[in-house]
Amino acid sequence: MGAPKVEGFSSALIPLPAENVDTDQIVPARYLKVVVKSGLADALFHDWRFDEDGTKKTPPFVLDDPRYAGRSILVAGDNFGTGSSREHAPWALDAFGIKAIVSTSFADIFKNNALKNGILPIVVDATLHAQLMDVARSGDASQASVDLASATLTTPSGAAVKFAIDPFAQKMLLAGLDELEFVRSKEADIAAHERAHPSTIDTKAHRAIQ
Amino acid sequence: MAKTIVQKIWDQHVVSQDEGAPAILAIDLHLIHEVTSPQAFTGLRARGLKVRRPDKTVATADHSIPTTPRNLPIADEAAATQVKQLETNCNEFGIPLHGWESPNQGIVHVIGPELGLTQPGATIVCGDSHTATHGAFGALAFGIGTSEVEMVLATQCLLQRTPKTYLVRVDGRLQSGVSAKDIILALIARIGVGGGTGHVFEYAGEAIRALSMEERMTICNMSIEGGARAGLVAPDETTFAYLKGRPHAPQGAAWDEAVARWRQLPSDPGATYDKEIVIDANALEPMVTYGTNPGMGLPISGSVPDPATERDPASARALARALEYMDLTAGQRILDQPVNTVFIGSCTNGRISDLRIAANVFKGKRVASGVRVMVVPGSADVKRQAEREGLDAIFRDAGADWREAGCSMCIAMNGDQLAPGEYAISTSNRNFEGRQGKGGRTFLASPLTAAATALRGRITDPRTLA
Ligand code: SF4
Repeated sequence: MGAPKVEGFSSALIPLPAENVDTDQIVPARYLKVVVKSGLADALFHDWRFDEDGTKKTPPFVLDDPRYAGRSILVAGDNFGTGSSREHAPWALDAFGIKAIVSTSFADIFKNNALKNGILPIVVDATLHAQLMDVARSGDASQASVDLASATLTTPSGAAVKFAIDPFAQKMLLAGLDELEFVRSKEADIAAHERAHPSTIDTKAHRAIQ
Repeated sequence: MAKTIVQKIWDQHVVSQDEGAPAILAIDLHLIHEVTSPQAFTGLRARGLKVRRPDKTVATADHSIPTTPRNLPIADEAAATQVKQLETNCNEFGIPLHGWESPNQGIVHVIGPELGLTQPGATIVCGDSHTATHGAFGALAFGIGTSEVEMVLATQCLLQRTPKTYLVRVDGRLQSGVSAKDIILALIARIGVGGGTGHVFEYAGEAIRALSMEERMTICNMSIEGGARAGLVAPDETTFAYLKGRPHAPQGAAWDEAVARWRQLPSDPGATYDKEIVIDANALEPMVTYGTNPGMGLPISGSVPDPATERDPASARALARALEYMDLTAGQRILDQPVNTVFIGSCTNGRISDLRIAANVFKGKRVASGVRVMVVPGSADVKRQAEREGLDAIFRDAGADWREAGCSMCIAMNGDQLAPGEYAISTSNRNFEGRQGKGGRTFLASPLTAAATALRGRITDPRTLA
């Protein structure tokens, strides 16, 4: 339903030079008491962005720094998205307008969740990462661009670099196809597997604990 | 070909796989909680779909519910709405719910095993990263996001790439005062919070075999803190003895058949792994974290590391930032660091054996004055059992607070939280900035170390207890 479609985009870079950025920082737990996906833009990095009284920090956190306003590519430290499985993290990044995150590695569940929401986790080597982080920190407004079909990141200095992406996720995002519908199309296989592999787990057959 | 337990479970669950696509993996058990499921049910409704296998799905409320007495209404409006929404969703889609007032309510990773729903060889998922807990039974169990929750609700399947395998062999025997929690904290301190990314840990070796099921759960629980989505222990007699007679365990002939099948699960001799590490249990000390991720841990007799001696500049920056947040000084000893709060609970260490360990320390003693000690059972069943054994009286007499079951101060969504700047020693699994309340500072440790610390109000080596 409303599967994301991604082709490509351009933006200058936003620096987030912290390693192991965890999902509790991306969206603090107290913002998880929602029953919808929308409205999480202000929850994004909330405790790094806002003071106790809810006003923006001075100097502002990078996302609120006017120099970086409107940018959509975040350059972050190693192992971005470590921690919980909350999909609120990519929902909040999306609500804020982030389209890609460039790092040297990503936590597994975050990476999956990001792709399912059309946010590209782009892994680059440490040397290129350091260069991009320098460019981002300098505030340089030169644009980088991402082309999903060719899985290419063009850096602000014009170098074209291939990045790895799961070919299935790439295909689905380019066509705006829905993964759930893809799995549902395999109904015959699923039913056959269920018949051949009955499981002893039945959540409805409940006896009281002795 | 010799296979690992992970490969065996994987092969038995692949429904089909298209060229270039991930495998479609059949899921045996889908656990649901109030925080990561509402948007998935909304998606189902929008598509006009049903839950394919409500008999393979079970729900509980744990994250946002208060741990105050259950006869009081949920004061926090957003939390109340979320819990109500879970009830509505479970009713509408026919999913069994061990909710707010159920005698089987509890943290999702505590109730699955105690109800006997968690079984060897199964694929188990939940919209929760600590689903790896269930791996203690030799199940392939991992956390998923809400889009995936929706997919599993609709299809009882998941799209997955084959995981890599990582053998964690723990040789030898633990010394007295050192526990399962210390094994996993030591592993994560060694490999770092990203060390297991893309892999499934298989915990093996003499020290793992010697552990009880509850201790194995503590270890598997924190696999994600080492970057691995799943971690498991091959099933053995300890596993079968724990499961036998539980409410959802197979019975009679079905039990014998199941055990015969489960005995085939352990990795074959000569099976190979993508990565391996060996840990010597004899050499381990009680562990404590000093920083803002679970990899920033040290033996309790150790000193806080110095960013100036870090070779990698990014790690030096991360360490400096962590010490600033924790307000600790490089080189200071972690022992005797004062704490304001002690939290004993969570899906890592909120089971009955954890509470027995803490009660044993508190018996006939008082916690240090001015220190808030919260003991939160992992489930309503753990709570009843503790009360049958009189542990609640020991906690109260010692000056600790005895609460209702839930996640509580592990995630601080329900009002149980630290004030800014406060220090806690906690038996939970995450010490991220603000995890236990905005501005709060967390030291992770075992129940034994946390209880010993409660008596003095300062980080205390449990081996020095009289
Ligand atoms: S106790 Fe903590 S880690 Fe476990 S499920 Fe609850 S919030 Fe998550």
